[in-house]
Amino acid sequence: MIVRISGEDQYRLADDDAARLNELENAVVAIVEGGREDGFAEAFGTLLDYVREHGTAVGDDEIETSDVILPPSDVSFAEVGREFTGEGLIPD
Amino acid sequence: MAGLTGRMSTVVKAKVSKLLDRAEDPAETLDYSYQKQVEQLQNVKKGIADVVTAKKRLQMQESSLQQSVVKLDTQARQALAASNEDLARTALERKNVAQTELQSLDTQVAELEDQQQKLTDSEQKLRAKIEAFRTKKEVIKAQYSAAEAQVRISEAATGVGEQMADVGLAMQRAVDKTENMKARADAVSELEAAGTFEDLTQLGTGEDDIDRQLKQLSSQPAVDDDLAKMKSELAQGGGAAPQIPAGAADGPDGQTGDAAAGAAQPPESSQS
Repeated sequence: MIVRISGEDQYRLADDDAARLNELENAVVAIVEGGREDGFAEAFGTLLDYVREHGTAVGDDEIETSDVILPPSDVSFAEVGREFTGEGLIPD
Repeated sequence: MAGLTGRMSTVVKAKVSKLLDRAEDPAETLDYSYQKQVEQLQNVKKGIADVVTAKKRLQMQESSLQQSVVKLDTQARQALAASNEDLARTALERKNVAQTELQSLDTQVAELEDQQQKLTDSEQKLRAKIEAFRTKKEVIKAQYSAAEAQVRISEAATGVGEQMADVGLAMQRAVDKTENMKARADAVSELEAAGTFEDLTQLGTGEDDIDRQLKQLSSQPAVDDDLAKMKSELAQGGGAAPQIPAGAADGPDGQTGDAAAGAAQPPESSQS
């Protein structure tokens, strides 16, 4: 499974990691939907760290298409919030 | 694939795919897709150059504000030496505003530097992918049948396209940030153009509109502290006086202080 952290790198992860990744991402989404910024940075950081620690960076000379693409590490709570209401990282 | 259905990553991926669709036209010939990749790499370079330009602009503004801070500080000392406390206070208020702007510029310049670094890294990564694509394309063309080659090269082009879309996204964020900073830089430029940080003594004694606005902007305690500090320095034998050639009491040295500066002094000196 190839996971891209936007603006950073692509990582190759074992398919078994998908469940944990899903949990971590859902935790972030739950916080964003709750509308309170508390804990957002930490939860999002945990998600990205999981990818970095459990994955191996895809070499610059390898060409792979990602199965999962995560927002950039410096994304703000407000930006992720907008993701779900239309005006996202890339304007439509 | 592996059943990852997270909502956030799905949305992000959909957005990237959308950019990708926009960039990839299946009707294009395969060699053209490499040519287009190289063209887009040029756009990335141009984007980086824009960030550098924005940064330079802020840095120029920084150095001009730094000069204003020094000038206003000197003027405050001169005014105090001439026992004109009101003028000294006004100068310190303006200095305070200039210093606050400086701090904010510092943060912005650092942020742009960060953006520049990230974009440069992305550009290098994209360049490597494009180079890999070129090599791969030639190998595939030599080894596979035309139809098979078409499929394999398209796959590779999609992979490079994703990298390109990702750089595009980073670029968009950088542009947004620079736009915000530009708006603020323009506001500071307007203040400068209005003479806010200019030679105070040119304004005469009357308090103008800018002064009233600045009083609200500047943090009063900081100004009070500055003023108190300057007073005590002056009391300790005028240690800070070197820039004021003749001092307030020795009036005749007319050519150093310009006419306007002189206007701030005479009443007090003649009375004492």
